[in-house]
Amino acid sequence: MAIEVKIPTILRTYTGGEKAVPAEGTTLSALIDDLESNHAGIKDRLIDNGDLRRFVNVYVNDEDVRFIGGLEAELKDGDAVVILPAVAGGAN
Amino acid sequence: MRSRPDRGTRLESVLTIDQATYDAIVAHAKRDHPDEACGIVAGPEGSDRAERFVEMVNAAGSPTFYEFDSTDLLQLYKEMDARDEEPVVVYHSHTATEAYPSRTDIGLASEPNAHYVLVSTREHGNNPGPVEFRSYRIVEGEVAEEEVTVVPTLS
Repeated sequence: MAIEVKIPTILRTYTGGEKAVPAEGTTLSALIDDLESNHAGIKDRLIDNGDLRRFVNVYVNDEDVRFIGGLEAELKDGDAVVILPAVAGGAN
Repeated sequence: MRSRPDRGTRLESVLTIDQATYDAIVAHAKRDHPDEACGIVAGPEGSDRAERFVEMVNAAGSPTFYEFDSTDLLQLYKEMDARDEEPVVVYHSHTATEAYPSRTDIGLASEPNAHYVLVSTREHGNNPGPVEFRSYRIVEGEVAEEEVTVVPTLS
């Protein structure tokens, strides 16, 4: 089972510059573990204290995973996953 | 080739921006004051040309914080992807403090190739009058200010 994962510029150091990589998993959590096994270090950039980092957005078929179960969001063959860091900041 | 900011050095690189885009960023910042305004200027990947102004909604609606709405963010990146573009400029305003990246700005900066433009509206708010308009590179927690060159049109 293959799922295409789009990787943002800032995380391409973990994928040898690749903009998209294949990965496997029936949940987002499993998919991230699979990513980690091929691209060591990437998991820590996505997950903090067992949860998705506040300023990392992950989408499954254009849906923000926060609305479809977060790390438990279910995945199936052919799904498209996009990782995007939040564009955020501010004076405080 | 674009010069890379080195640790501790300033004004090594330069942001070249056309007058209309500069004015659009300033107008957006003034209009949204006292909340922070935010957006990007996209350009062809690797070109360093700030060509396509895209105003974004500050989903935080706050005078001290900005964040692109997550759905808008995805749409924006899909659109840039389809056009082979990248964010050449990421801009936002500070409405009560100077146009310098805060710790939050530095911690969350995630586009190593972008020029981070900060506009401060603290002096004149929504009214006419000059603003601070400054640009930075923010890479791995290191900030390097750069020169801003405003041109009539991009050559």
